[in-house]
Amino acid sequence: MKVALIGNPNCGKTTLFNKLTGSTAHVGNWPGVTVEKREGVYKAKFRAAERIEIVDLPGIYSLSPYTPEEVVSRNFMIDERPDLVINIVDATNLERNLYLTTQVLEADVPVMVALNMIDLLEKSGDSIDVAVLERELKVPVMPISALKGTGVDKMMERAVAECKPRNGVTVINDALTKEVAATLDYYENAGVPSPLFHAVKLLENDEIELRRNGARELLEKIAQDKDLEAAVVDERYKYIVSRLAVAKQKGKANAANKSDKIDKVLTHRVWALPIFAVILFAIFHVTFSEDFLYIGAWASLGRGLPALADLGLSDGMETFVGIFYDGAVFSPGVILFNIFDTLFSTITDAVGGAISTEWLSGFIADGILSGLFSVLGFLPQILMLFLWFSILEDSGYMARVAFVLDRIFRRFGLSGRSFMPMIMGFGCSVPAMINTRTLADENERTATIRVIPFFACGAKLPILTAIAGGICTYFGVGNADLITYGMYFLGVIAAVVCVLLMRNTTMKGEIPPFIMELPAYHRPQFKNLMLHLWDKTKHFVKKAFTIIFASTVIIWLFSHLNWSWHYLTDDMMNESILASIGKFIQPLFTPLGFGSQLGAYGWVFAVAALTGLIAKENVIATFGTLGACLIAMGANVGVASDVLLADEEGVTSAIAMITATDINIPALISFIAFNMLTIPCFAACATAKGELKKSTFRWTLLFWVASGYTISCAVYTIGAWWWTLFIWLALVAGAITVIVLNNKGKIKFRKRKNNNAETVQ
Amino acid sequence: MEKKLSDFILGEEGVVCKVGGEGRIRRRLFDMGITPSATIVMKKLAPLGDPMEVTVRGYELTLRKTEAEYVIMTVKD
Repeated sequence: MKVALIGNPNCGKTTLFNKLTGSTAHVGNWPGVTVEKREGVYKAKFRAAERIEIVDLPGIYSLSPYTPEEVVSRNFMIDERPDLVINIVDATNLERNLYLTTQVLEADVPVMVALNMIDLLEKSGDSIDVAVLERELKVPVMPISALKGTGVDKMMERAVAECKPRNGVTVINDALTKEVAATLDYYENAGVPSPLFHAVKLLENDEIELRRNGARELLEKIAQDKDLEAAVVDERYKYIVSRLAVAKQKGKANAANKSDKIDKVLTHRVWALPIFAVILFAIFHVTFSEDFLYIGAWASLGRGLPALADLGLSDGMETFVGIFYDGAVFSPGVILFNIFDTLFSTITDAVGGAISTEWLSGFIADGILSGLFSVLGFLPQILMLFLWFSILEDSGYMARVAFVLDRIFRRFGLSGRSFMPMIMGFGCSVPAMINTRTLADENERTATIRVIPFFACGAKLPILTAIAGGICTYFGVGNADLITYGMYFLGVIAAVVCVLLMRNTTMKGEIPPFIMELPAYHRPQFKNLMLHLWDKTKHFVKKAFTIIFASTVIIWLFSHLNWSWHYLTDDMMNESILASIGKFIQPLFTPLGFGSQLGAYGWVFAVAALTGLIAKENVIATFGTLGACLIAMGANVGVASDVLLADEEGVTSAIAMITATDINIPALISFIAFNMLTIPCFAACATAKGELKKSTFRWTLLFWVASGYTISCAVYTIGAWWWTLFIWLALVAGAITVIVLNNKGKIKFRKRKNNNAETVQ
Repeated sequence: MEKKLSDFILGEEGVVCKVGGEGRIRRRLFDMGITPSATIVMKKLAPLGDPMEVTVRGYELTLRKTEAEYVIMTVKD
């Protein structure tokens, strides 16, 4: 038996899905062009005769044809013919929720209405007469609380017992009898499933239905000059207000207005923007800062706090204290990172020391473990960042941010809604790209997907911290936090510039609409948050042990074998297969500062950037593997061993690479920029491919290569030779002039027949 | 008195009399409950002056002034 869950966004659908399937349910994502639905199996409390599959459809307000999510739900309901559709209705917002119900009822599928959040309704003193609703809708109606679980099993029992085939009914029949009859006749003759559903949709001037042969002519004949679309919608709401909403009894207490009170502050005319900036800063500070309470900064006004090494602790004690403190108290995110890091390096040393065969010990300790651990070590910080964003989203604050920022986004030709996928990009590009489905406008979606990778995701964070740390430790300049934040900022600027560029050249068109619900605030549910995190952890760990594991093994092998398949010791790395491949592509990166000018060992950067195309974590994993070799060459590298021992994994390798290649600061920054702005990881590319049209996707790949290369080149040249700034400025000014003149029609380019025309549609 | 929703001042209340526009935007307005005879209260403006927040059919909706221009209202006294 297949049961589909359908309902408005924010009506508690996912909560119900989790309740029904249990937290251990197999939750899979199918990122594809057509469907983004989740499936699970009902964990029955009673004896069910058969397996009940639950399908969670995307949240929608209507079954109109304008967003991909609506089309997915619609097609599933009509074409896949589930055995039962459970329509979840938010009892605290009956009117608008029932609007979707009136549409669902038109399909020839068994329907059941779940009146969710009944507990909240009762708390506010209101009540709903379920019997009245049931009599009017002619389908079972069950009051439930998905969050508390009350009524859920009773609902499922009834669902199984009373599920029988049903013919669609429409609430507009009384007012538009003649029109419905005419279109219904047309669809019955065509022999499509759920003819009534299609018939009403055609009256609503539905794009999908109008594509059908002869449908447009029929509609024109029936409608004459009447505005049928408005008439149908009007009938739906009239019916709801007069027949259904009467079931709701207003209590004495005029509840709600906790949300209003919170909004008085959070969307305040003056304070909204500063508050948002502070929240964003706090999130990054708690997760990444090495001076959490600014104790170090305050103390440095005086004599400063003693560094860890000066405390005179015993070795074991120093390792322990080092997790929390080194001249300043670390933030929770950094403390978690250090715990993992200490654990991992202990394991690596123990394993490395326990194996006596030299090549095997090297392979396991330096090849596999150091690569793998340098990636897994970042898991706590990635999860933490993800947790904060989940909280913001679950609480309803993200919608307010879209409301506050829309005006700014409109400047760039986007809507405030594209803010959500963009900020999610800081966590991971894959869910962020899938989230763009909520954007109805094709141009806006394409532009947003293209710039999502510029919002440095969790996997790019290790690159940032390792190299920033390397710069500070090795060159003794700057502040690692500052460099990290600066790079995040560069990504955001790059995104803004690229969106502006696209909207003014290949993707001209109207600014997409912004008509959005501001959901009531509610406390994020702990269980839900943990589920999010658990999903993310599984995804990340799986990736670490499959694709990244395989890549590190291959990197290690290639760096320790020469073309005649002989084993090379660490210090002979320069004769390896990997070295010759690296040296071959090295010149490509010369304009970016990490190419031929770096000399004999410079290829390590080229290889790291290349492996980043598989997964961004690989960049730092490659650093780990190759850095270990460089450290083994000790003499060549010439770094004092105490510098190496005193620091975290990624930074150590980065320092080894900096020492071996003599790379300068602008080139290092350009290396970060290139990895941040070029083609994202394999998973993100696959997602983008699924979300975009084929030709658009090819241009997107090209766009990523071009943007990454150009911006890093600019960063490097300006950093190395400040006067090149003027050359870049001249180029930019020239480009702007050409675009502006072209858009004003002063100059014309020959029209090319490529995808640009297509994306504009 | 008839007036566009975009011209409403803070706290003003009215009933929808006609929804203009076409295609996607019009459909979206309808789907979100902005239909003739719906009561709308203007709640607030975003810090930068646009979009606006209104209460319609018992919930909070935000829309831009350019979109609110399509909604013709009868102002309640």
